[in-house]
Amino acid sequence: MSAQLPPCLLWSPDDHRPLEEYQTGIPRWCVGCGDNAILAAVQRLCRDESLSPERTVFVSGIGCSSRLPHYMRAYGFHGTHGRALPIAEGVKMARPDLTVFVTTGDGDCLSIGAAHWLHALRYNMDLTVLLHDNHIYGLTKKQVSPTSPIGTRSNTTPKGSFLPPLNPLTVTLGVPNASFVAQAVDWIPEVLYQILSAAYRHKGTSFVRILQRCPEFMPGMFDPWVRDPSRTLLLRHEKALTLSPAVAATYRNQREHDPSDMNAAREIASVDDPIPVGILYHDPSAPRYEEIRNGGSVRTRETIRRGLEAELDRLTIWPEAPAAGA
Amino acid sequence: MRAYRGAAPPENPPAAPPHAPGSSSALHVPTLERPVTQPRRALRRAIDEHVVEIVSDSGEGAQRCGQSFGAIAARSGLGIWTVEIIPAEIQPPARSVAGASGNRIRIASRPVTNGGDEVDLVVAFNEQVLRGRVEAGELRPGATILLESAWSNDRDPQIAREYAETREELVAHGYRVIDIPMDAESRKIVSDPRRGKNMFALGMLCLIYGLDLRLAREQIALTFGKKDQAVIDQNVRLLEAGWAWAERELDLRYELKAMPVTAPQVVMNGNTAIALGILASGMEICAMYPITPATSASHYLTEVFERVGGIVHQAEDEIAACAFAIGASYAGKCAVTITSGPGFSLKQEGIGLAVMTEIPLVVVDVQRGGPSTGQPTKPEQGDLLAAMFGAHGDAPKVVLAVSGIEDCFYAMITARKIAETFNTVVIVLSDGSLATAQQPIPRPAFSEEWLAPPVDQSPVPEGALPYDWDATTGLIRRWIPGQPGGMHTITGVAHDRAGHIAYDATSNEDGLRHRSLKLAALQRTLRCPSVFGGDDGDLLIVGWGSTKGAIEEAVERLRAEGRRVSSLHLGFIQPLPSGVGEILRRFRKVVTVEMAWADRPEDALIDEDNRRYSPLAMLLRSRFLVDVDCWTDVSGRPMRPGAIRDAMIDRLTSV
Repeated sequence: MSAQLPPCLLWSPDDHRPLEEYQTGIPRWCVGCGDNAILAAVQRLCRDESLSPERTVFVSGIGCSSRLPHYMRAYGFHGTHGRALPIAEGVKMARPDLTVFVTTGDGDCLSIGAAHWLHALRYNMDLTVLLHDNHIYGLTKKQVSPTSPIGTRSNTTPKGSFLPPLNPLTVTLGVPNASFVAQAVDWIPEVLYQILSAAYRHKGTSFVRILQRCPEFMPGMFDPWVRDPSRTLLLRHEKALTLSPAVAATYRNQREHDPSDMNAAREIASVDDPIPVGILYHDPSAPRYEEIRNGGSVRTRETIRRGLEAELDRLTIWPEAPAAGA
Repeated sequence: MRAYRGAAPPENPPAAPPHAPGSSSALHVPTLERPVTQPRRALRRAIDEHVVEIVSDSGEGAQRCGQSFGAIAARSGLGIWTVEIIPAEIQPPARSVAGASGNRIRIASRPVTNGGDEVDLVVAFNEQVLRGRVEAGELRPGATILLESAWSNDRDPQIAREYAETREELVAHGYRVIDIPMDAESRKIVSDPRRGKNMFALGMLCLIYGLDLRLAREQIALTFGKKDQAVIDQNVRLLEAGWAWAERELDLRYELKAMPVTAPQVVMNGNTAIALGILASGMEICAMYPITPATSASHYLTEVFERVGGIVHQAEDEIAACAFAIGASYAGKCAVTITSGPGFSLKQEGIGLAVMTEIPLVVVDVQRGGPSTGQPTKPEQGDLLAAMFGAHGDAPKVVLAVSGIEDCFYAMITARKIAETFNTVVIVLSDGSLATAQQPIPRPAFSEEWLAPPVDQSPVPEGALPYDWDATTGLIRRWIPGQPGGMHTITGVAHDRAGHIAYDATSNEDGLRHRSLKLAALQRTLRCPSVFGGDDGDLLIVGWGSTKGAIEEAVERLRAEGRRVSSLHLGFIQPLPSGVGEILRRFRKVVTVEMAWADRPEDALIDEDNRRYSPLAMLLRSRFLVDVDCWTDVSGRPMRPGAIRDAMIDRLTSV
C-alpha cells in the first residue's frame, strides 16, 4: 500500500488541494465556540499536508467537540461516549496506511474514557489526538467536568464544584511510552496550527490539549489569559516551535524548553498560571504498538490454508489405529 | 462427615436415589483381597460405555492423565467426550473438598455427544477431592473408586484419620473402594510421585479398558514432545508400571467394541474449535479482555496467529476490546471479540453502536453462571435474552448458538459471512460446557469460500449515498476508508441516507425499519432444523446451544422406552427460521430444556400470572402463542441425558 512508499515519491501537483476540499457542512457550534478555531486549524493542516481525504479518518466520541468529523470532508467515525480512542486504535491496527485523527473533549477523554486515554498513551499508535478542553460539559448543558476549576457552579454543583481539577498534562506525562505532549489555546491560532502540524508529523500518539472557550456555559473562563498575554508562557526550541515575529512580540513571556527533557516538561506541566503553550515533550523513538504487532500485514489465502492445515495436523487422529479391547 | 447430597434437583428424584443420608451399608462391596502373585486372568466384561473420572489436587496432573486417556480411547476407535474438572481457585489448598481438579471422560462403543450421567469409575489421588465429587452427586451408586492408599499411614495422624473415616463411609455407602498404592509404586521410578503418578494411573486405566499400550506410549511422546527424551522415557516407564501393577493386582477388565476409524478426525474442545473457526473464516483481528471461560479461545488463537499472521489484542477492558474490534471492522475486514457474561454486559454499548452504524462485528459469548460474577467456571445458558435485547433501543442483531464442537468451528465461518453480508452484529453463544469439552469430529476440509473477500478499495460512484437502504432487504453497501469518493462520517446518532445526523421522524423510522428488515432478509434464507425423533407425538423438547447431545440422547432413551417424544434444536435464534411454530403445534406438549433459571411452579407465590419462564420458552410463547413449558437445570453441570429423561417422564405423566 502507499504507506510503504516514501511521501516524496507519491507527491504530485494534483495533491495540492484548496481548503474547500476538506470542508463539508456548516458547523453547528455556538457563536464564539473555540471548536471553530480548532476546525479551521485542522482543515488548514490537511490542506498544507496535502492529506488525501479518502485516506484520512477522524474518529470522535460524544460531546460538542466530537461533532468535528461531520464538518470534515474525510472519512469519519462519530462513536460512543468515551470510546473514540479504542475505535481509532482498531482503525489504525487494521489499516496503518490511513491517517487517523481523534477529537475528544474533557468529559469524553478524561472522565468516561479515562481508562482508554491512559492506555492509548501506552500503545503509542500513530494517532493525532486533539483534546478540546473547555472545562465543562456542553452538549448535556452545563455539568462540572474533570477539569473544571474548584468552585465551578454548574447544574450538578449549584453551590460550586467540590474538587480540585485534574491536570491532563501531568497525568499524560506520567504514562510510560507517552511520546508527544503539547498544549495549545484556541485564541492563538497561529501557534495552535504550528502545534497541530508538529503533532501530525510525529509518528506515535500525539496528545494535544487545547484550551477551548465555551461562551455558552463558561463565559469569561479564559478572559484573564486572553486579555493579558503575559499570563501565557510560550515554549520555544529549535526542535519544537519557532515563533513568528508577530507572536513573539505579543507573547513575550517565553521559555526555552527542550522537548526531550521529561523532568522540565513535568515541571512546566504542573503550572497552570501562566498557561504553558507549546510542545512539552517529544520522543520520536518511542515504540508504536501497530508496528510491534505488525498491523495491516497482508495474509494470503495460501497462508491461511497452510496455517489451518498445520493446526489440524496437530489435532488429527489418523485412521490407522487398531481396535480397542484385548 | 456431612450427609451426601443426591445427584438430582429435588423435583426430579432419580429412579434409584443413590445414597440417602444415614442409609445403611447394604450395598457394601468388599474391597480387593491382598495381592496375589500371579497375574489375574480376569475376564473382560463387555460394556457399551463408561464414565471415568480422574481427580486430584491442582498440579498433580490428573487433567493430563484424563486428556491422554481420552485421546488414546479416541485413537482406538471409541466414542469419547471429555470434560475438564476445574476448581475455581488457581491453587486451592491441598486435600480440599472443593479443590478437585481433573477430567471426566465418557467412553463408548458409539459416537457420544455429551458427558453422560454419573461416573462409573473414578481414580482419586486423595479422598478429600473425591468427597467433593461424591457430595456433588457425580458418582453412580456402587461406582468403583481407585483410591490412593498412601494417606492411610500418613505422618500426620489427622490426615490418616480423615482418610480412614472417609474410606469407611464410602464403603458404607456402597461404593467399591480399591486401595491403590500409586504413591509407593511411582516412587520406585520418580523421586516426587506428585509428578508421576498421573502416568501410573493412565497405565492402569489403559489396562482396565483394554487400550493398546503402544498407542499410550505414542500419546506420551506426543504430549511431552516438546521436552527431552529422558522425560518421555520416564513417563513411559510410569505408564508401563501402572499397566503391569493393574494386570497383576486388579480384577477389573472391561471391553468396549471399537468403531473402525475410517476418516481422519480432529480432537479438540469448543474453545479451540472457535479459535480455529476464526482462522478459517479469514478474520484477522480479535480484541479481547481476559475472562473465564472464554479466554482459552483467545489463548489458542494468539498461538495460531503467531504462526499464521493476525492479531489478538488484549485491550484495557471489555468495552475497549469491543470498540477496537468495531474500529478494525470499520476500516477493514470483519473483526471479532470474545468474552463471557460479565464482559458481554459491558460490550452492549459497542454492540448497539455497530448495529446503528451497520459495521460488521462478530461477538462470541462463552456463557457462564450469572448474574454478576456468578459461577465463572460453571456453564449456564442465561444470556440468551441479553444477546437478543441487551443493547438499549431497538438493536436488531443476529444470534446463533453452537450445539457441539464441530458447530463451534463452522459457526465462526457462518458468523463472519453473515456479519459482512448484512453489515450487522452476529452474536455466537457458546457456554462453559462446550468450552473445555473434547470430542473427535471429522477433520474439516479447507475451502476458499470460507474466507473474507479482500477489503474493497474501489471508487464509490458519484451521487451514491452511504445508507441507501434497499427497500426490500434493508441492505446497504458499506464504504470503507480508502475508497475514493466515499468520504462520509458514520455516527451512532440517528442519521439519514447521506449519513447525516437527522432527528426528524421520517429519517429515524427509515433507519429503524431497514435495520430490522435485514433480519427478515436473512430469515428468508434459513432452513428450519429437522425434528429429531418422530414428526408428531406427545412431547416435543426444544433446546438450543450446548445441550443438543444430551437432549437427543434423552429422546433416544425415551423412544426406546416406547414414549412418543421428539426434540427440536435451534441454532439460529434471532432470526428464527420459518416452520418452527408449525412443528410446535404438532405435539401435545412442548417443553424447552435449558440451563437457565425458570421459576419453579411448586413455590408458594408462583402462579401462571407471575411465573418467569426460561428464555427460550418465553420467546416461543410470545412468538407462536403456543403453551410452551420449560424444564431447567442450573446445577452448573453440563446437562445430563438421564436427568432430562427423568424430567420428561414427569411431564408426560402430568399431561
